[in-house]
Amino acid sequence: MVALGTGLALTGCAGGAPSALDPAGAGAARVANLWWLLFWISVAVFAEVMALLTWALVFRRKRRVRVRHGQPLRFVVVAGAGIPLVILVAVYAVGLRDLAALGDGPGPDAPTIEVTGHKWWWEVRVQGVDGATANELHIPVGEKVRVRLRTADVLHSFWVPQLMPKTDLIAGETRETWLHAERAGSYRGQCAEYCGTQHAHMAFLVVAEPRPDFDAWLARLGTPARPPQTDAQRRGQQAFLQGSCAGCHAIRGTGADGRIGPDLSDVGSRWSIGAGAVPNDGGHLGGWIANSQTVKPGNYMPPQQVGAGQLPDLIAYLQSLK
Amino acid sequence: MSTTAASTPGASREDLARLEERWAERPSLRSWFSTVDHKRIGRRYLVTAALFFVLAGLSALAMRTQLARPESRLLSPQEYNQLFTMHGTAMIFLFATPMLFGFGNFLVPLMIGSRDMAFPKLNAFGYWVFLFAGLFMWASLPFGAAPNGGWFAYVPLTEERNTPGLHMDVYTLGLLFLGIATTAASINFIVTSLKLRAPGMSLNRVPLFVWAIVATAFMVIFALPALNVDNAMLFLDRRFGTHFFDPEHGGNVLLWQHLFWIFGHPDVYIIVMPALGIVSAVLPAFTRRGVVGYALVVFAMASIAIISFGVWVHHMFATGLPPLSYGFFSAASTIITIPSGIQIFAWLATMLLGRLVLKVPLLFVIGFIVTFVLGGFTGAMFALTAFDQQVTDSYFVVAHFHYVLIGGALFPILAAVYYWLPKITGRMYHEKLGRWAFWLFFTGMHLTFFPMHLYGLFGMPRRVYTYPDEPGWGGWNLVSTAGSYLLAIGLLLVLIGVIHAVRRGRPAPPDPWGGDSLEWSTDSPPKPYNFPVLPQVHSLHPTWDDASRTSMTEGATDDRILARGRQTLVTSELDGRRERTVEMPEASLQPLLLALALLVFFTALLFAWYPVAVGAALVVASTIAVWLWPPRRPDQELGVSA
Repeated sequence: MVALGTGLALTGCAGGAPSALDPAGAGAARVANLWWLLFWISVAVFAEVMALLTWALVFRRKRRVRVRHGQPLRFVVVAGAGIPLVILVAVYAVGLRDLAALGDGPGPDAPTIEVTGHKWWWEVRVQGVDGATANELHIPVGEKVRVRLRTADVLHSFWVPQLMPKTDLIAGETRETWLHAERAGSYRGQCAEYCGTQHAHMAFLVVAEPRPDFDAWLARLGTPARPPQTDAQRRGQQAFLQGSCAGCHAIRGTGADGRIGPDLSDVGSRWSIGAGAVPNDGGHLGGWIANSQTVKPGNYMPPQQVGAGQLPDLIAYLQSLK
Repeated sequence: MSTTAASTPGASREDLARLEERWAERPSLRSWFSTVDHKRIGRRYLVTAALFFVLAGLSALAMRTQLARPESRLLSPQEYNQLFTMHGTAMIFLFATPMLFGFGNFLVPLMIGSRDMAFPKLNAFGYWVFLFAGLFMWASLPFGAAPNGGWFAYVPLTEERNTPGLHMDVYTLGLLFLGIATTAASINFIVTSLKLRAPGMSLNRVPLFVWAIVATAFMVIFALPALNVDNAMLFLDRRFGTHFFDPEHGGNVLLWQHLFWIFGHPDVYIIVMPALGIVSAVLPAFTRRGVVGYALVVFAMASIAIISFGVWVHHMFATGLPPLSYGFFSAASTIITIPSGIQIFAWLATMLLGRLVLKVPLLFVIGFIVTFVLGGFTGAMFALTAFDQQVTDSYFVVAHFHYVLIGGALFPILAAVYYWLPKITGRMYHEKLGRWAFWLFFTGMHLTFFPMHLYGLFGMPRRVYTYPDEPGWGGWNLVSTAGSYLLAIGLLLVLIGVIHAVRRGRPAPPDPWGGDSLEWSTDSPPKPYNFPVLPQVHSLHPTWDDASRTSMTEGATDDRILARGRQTLVTSELDGRRERTVEMPEASLQPLLLALALLVFFTALLFAWYPVAVGAALVVASTIAVWLWPPRRPDQELGVSA
């Protein structure tokens, strides 16, 4: 019953979570299958142990029970070492097969996405494309995509539970993993290696989409940001370029080329602000610009002295960057 | 129940008076600071470790309260990160091992029929160092300067440029300081167990708990240097600009992880093994028979102690090391579950053949089996690299190691508290209160940690001070938080039970359970000299066999009473053949002085008062010189017979 309950809870009650048991790609599917094998073996062995324990508690408690002084070594060795050994060797073999499968990456022609971990956001570039975005990467459905991982500061870990197990970002080295999604959708990922104050807000989104949409994303990534259309947006752009924003942030096709914070060329279309800290809407954007420390305490963006008149323009401009 | 030990006609009245004079300490402030009695030191270890446990537990409750709901703002990230680091560091270093070493300190000499540890002054020194190192680390928390890099303190996050301030200096220096105590205690356990066993206690008659403590001590000796080197290098990197872990200058960040886990994985067994020894010690009294497969269990412990040094890379399965090394370490990590399986089934067989006496200590042993087995399953899962990469650093691993450590250490520790409370305090505990404590603790524990498996699989990473509303983690987190309060109430009842026993408990007989090992053949609490007559051991269960028992009453000769000095017996390592008597040291203030000088030394290093540190180092060196200076009196005068 407990097992059944757990099984149901595991499959049913994830409530839209980025669950490793709801895999959407080849890597995570492998591991989900491995999990269910391990789960049912554990249920069986646990039932055995509980049966023995219950037997002892039911039948060996009465006062008139005679203590037996035998040494059933064969029972201990067979039940405690022999049977477990057989199970473990089999499971180990399955585990090796799955490890090999996870190592079976994309071919040389596959797109390569370069992800750099920063405290506390993800810089995303694509090999051969001159442009950057943050906390969001796109992949074509049904294709394996190479992901090259580096860190600009401390260790982080790249984890998209529904697509692929973790790979750590190691300072001074480059690591590689791959992503594959068999159905279109948005999959939440998050940094899994503790990386300091705002480790909790270092999420990202993997958008799996049909190949033409992916190609369109690549094209957008390589072209200048959308120029301002309205007066408000134009004033906003001016404020951006003349204020302190451009010191840290870049917007393609403008003079802003700061590399300290995320590239903002497509900030208007992103799923969140602050790597999952708050939703991306005008109110939150304004709050973030004025004082991001109240939203994501400890992050590296200082509060901005923006005039009350300038803030709506700035928001209008940034929201137009799609 | 046996009451043979209370009045001992084995030693004459004059002998008893002389023993009393030689061993007893007049209660005074000075003797409180200078005592070298392993029982007083053991009690202090237990009380101090319990205090640190309460602090670490309260940290956990604060975290669970924060995580009860998504987007909670109760704690700032800076506070939360210090709390989870201190929770882990304190539970591992300041609670689990010192608590178990406290039981070891109190029990090992009693179980092997000796009058004290081999090095009583070193023993006292170890306690003071542990106390001061613990206070050193906890004192940083109210100042907001507590360690905040997680209990395994991965570089480069913990380097000066990423974590300025005292935080990680408290961590490195605190653990280096504490390591002195752990090393000293381990050496002491090894020598005591090899050289001070009662005559006749050959290796195949050594209680399983003592085996466990010795195996643990050997692991400490070999594992701790790796941690010490790691911490020393990190301190040098932070304070003096060396580049051990700085890849830009030829250093390597994975070096930290390798060294840390070369210590860290054996440390899991350093924590769990003495607790498994407790289980093997408690079971005979409540199943009315010895543990099945004594030799197998000893073999299992020895093989765990060795294999545990070959599995550390499974903590690094996501770091991208070559797959071949993953294959090897995955195999080793799989194999290490086998000796644990042997022990589990040895205990089950013991219960199936014996007659169960369902008192509170046995309840906790049963709770241990249920919980530890579940932790073992997930442990075997983590040995598989592919699965590990998916769930490591998620709440699944948090669930796993709490099942292993609460199951494998805390349940046995609580069993030990109830089992040996009569021996330690001389008072019986309240059975009904103990049952309530067990059921609340057991239920609370599983309610807290079982759901963590679920939301770990659902993608929630560990060490996040808050989490968003959308992903559907909120409900299960609320369940965990509710469970943690229940767990805390259970532990509060344990504490109330202990206080009640000490204040109001009825006096305990020498052997309330009909136990099998030697501590039950002497008074509760034992006299300062432990045994009026040192036993002659004839079996693995000396308190159950007449020959061993009568050796302490009838026809005892002077050479096992040793009333002419402050003496105990030295025997041979393998067969327990008597070799000679040895004079034991008197109470001394040197251990306290040395520990204080070390405290000044480490505090001075922390605040960069280097001249003070040099001065303290000189005091340390001269105290050690005085301590080790050979005594001037000749052997005859000391009463040492060749």
